[in-house]
Amino acid sequence: MNQVLIYSVVTLSSLGILAAVILYFIAQKFKVIEDPRIDLIADLLPGANCGGCGYAGCRNLAGEIVKKEDLSGFMCPPGGNDTMKKIAAVLGLEAVETEPLIAVIRCSGSLASAQKKSEYDGVSTCLYAHMLFSGESGCPHGCLGLGDCVVSCQFDAIYIDSETNLPVVSNEKCVACGACVKACPRSIIELRKKGKKDRRIFVSCVNTEKGAVARKNCKVACIGCGKCVKECKFDAITMENNIAYIDFNKCTLCRKCVSECPTDAIHELNFPPKKPKQEVVEQSESNQ
Amino acid sequence: MKTFKLGGVHPEENKLSADKAIEILPLPKVVYVPFSQHLGAPSVPVVDKGDAVKVGQLIAKAQGFISANIHAPVSGKVAKIDSIIDSSGYRKNVIVINTEGDEWDESIDTSTEIKRDILLSAKEIIDKIHEKGIVGMGGATFPTYVKMMVPEGKKAEFLVINGVECEPYLTSDHRLMLEKGEEMLIGVSILMKTLNVEKALIGIESNKMDAINYLTVLAQKFNGISIIPLKVMYPQGGEKQLIKSVINREVPSGKLPIEVGCVVQNVGTAFAVYEAVQKNKPLIERVVTVTGKSLKKPSNFIARIGTPIIELIEYAGGLPEDTGKVISGGPMMGKALNSLEAPVTKGTSGILIMTQKESKRPEQLNCIRCAKCVEVCPMGIEPYLIALYTELGKAEETEKERVMDCIECGSCSYICPSGRYLLDNVRIAKSKVGYIIRNRK
Repeated sequence: MNQVLIYSVVTLSSLGILAAVILYFIAQKFKVIEDPRIDLIADLLPGANCGGCGYAGCRNLAGEIVKKEDLSGFMCPPGGNDTMKKIAAVLGLEAVETEPLIAVIRCSGSLASAQKKSEYDGVSTCLYAHMLFSGESGCPHGCLGLGDCVVSCQFDAIYIDSETNLPVVSNEKCVACGACVKACPRSIIELRKKGKKDRRIFVSCVNTEKGAVARKNCKVACIGCGKCVKECKFDAITMENNIAYIDFNKCTLCRKCVSECPTDAIHELNFPPKKPKQEVVEQSESNQ
Repeated sequence: MKTFKLGGVHPEENKLSADKAIEILPLPKVVYVPFSQHLGAPSVPVVDKGDAVKVGQLIAKAQGFISANIHAPVSGKVAKIDSIIDSSGYRKNVIVINTEGDEWDESIDTSTEIKRDILLSAKEIIDKIHEKGIVGMGGATFPTYVKMMVPEGKKAEFLVINGVECEPYLTSDHRLMLEKGEEMLIGVSILMKTLNVEKALIGIESNKMDAINYLTVLAQKFNGISIIPLKVMYPQGGEKQLIKSVINREVPSGKLPIEVGCVVQNVGTAFAVYEAVQKNKPLIERVVTVTGKSLKKPSNFIARIGTPIIELIEYAGGLPEDTGKVISGGPMMGKALNSLEAPVTKGTSGILIMTQKESKRPEQLNCIRCAKCVEVCPMGIEPYLIALYTELGKAEETEKERVMDCIECGSCSYICPSGRYLLDNVRIAKSKVGYIIRNRK
């Protein structure tokens, strides 16, 4: 009885030792030396794997940063400048500040302003509806309101307003990862500068049809009249294909174009009420 | 009786207008002629605002190899070049012509006399077909002259003529065969001469016995044309299915019918070819079935291209109250219109009016793995699998599942007991895979 026990203990342990020796040599042979800083940086990143930085997940970004030893050109949109500063501290590099961005919905064809002319009962995705027809309002560029952007958002930052049937982006939750920009089949969503105090001015329309045609389908469409272009002193507004576009790098948020627009296609967000008009203009200019 | 073997369904036929003779629709006051009524590059207009045009005058010229000329369907003045929401659901460029009188171009033979002798050579016939803007009238609107030019190294043995009209409700080809049978057969002879083939086979489904009997007698006067009665089965009008039914040959995946020595043309196209070659008449009008269970007067009309669809409905008794959808084409493959101002184009074979009850889509239930969609698919693909991949956002995977073979006949969606949106998802996959393939080149 004892002998059986001894035999089995001896064989099993020697097998174990043999396996350990083999594994040791294999481990030596195939050892991967990884920069320990990758782990450190990956821990600092938010871990959402949203792809907003342009890399396949947080760890991939960490690896690229360590490889390049330079922070310019890298930005983690959900983490923002704070995260980048922390990473810079770990690596002993200079942090490159970038202005935070936010997703902006460039369509205001609500149920009231772009009235339905037909009804869609197909698959409830924008992608499919876009393939089929120009939309319930007849605007071939406008929001279809079926919520592909909502589905694409990992951060719960977009919802469809049931009153207007348009998506609404939450100021706090949006991290500008750009998933919705890719999801929208009509390229309505754009990443724009978040702006000081979340103040933003943008043309809320992407319709490139001629003014009269665009207006037929939607009361608040950009008709390409060019009034805003004339009004802007900073050359921030360009007109191409019957649609005005405000360059957010040049815009000083002076708000002059907003009142000029005959169809209210230019939107201002989070500005105080219009009363102390002069003051605001001066303030935003001095902020420049 | 012959038919194809793989898949297929048999929906309720509902050929309400089968015994209604073709009526000539009164001239519309205004026509909207789209630049793009065919597969391929849109044509370029050669008229300007204010120009006076005669019926049959060239108004837009073909651009590129796969394209077709467009001719004035009415005489009058070009009011403007504008855009209108057409049957594609999108705003497209159109030439708007205000009708004044009915003055035809002098070169067109407007007599009703039938011209039997084919005087032109094969080359001249192809040029004529190109010049007169003839496209496939079955619905795909592929320029006919391209189809008639057999690529080098290939030989056409058979001309297969599609008189199947497998779509429920539609009767335009049926009526055309009955009323313009002889002209159509001359058209077939012209096509045979062009392709240099000895045999033409006209496939007709057995729910059109009157047309089969009539044409069989007529065809005795023509050399090499025979009528093949086919068992009623949808989608027998598909090119590949028809070849399988008529001469039992299988076109390989991703290849054209010429690979098995066939060229397929629709009966409507054959008639249009007759008019173009023998009468010098461009494609400016076509037979359109206007039908629907709630419609007062289901009819077959000869309508000029560019006539607003609403006018056709008015002449067929007006739009019924409980209309749910108006469909351009048949119930299986047609597309719901989102504007009734949309004009009749070269590919409009029918207008179907569906009541609210008929047009309501059932709610999507779970897939019960019954495999009925696989069973009925005439192309032998697995619609449930492709739909699943698409729903999971993996449309790229569907290329391996031969999604591009899909002819969008809709049999899978029709048969699905859970009412799943199979074809819809397959179409998404097709457009994504198409995009991938285009980028690869």
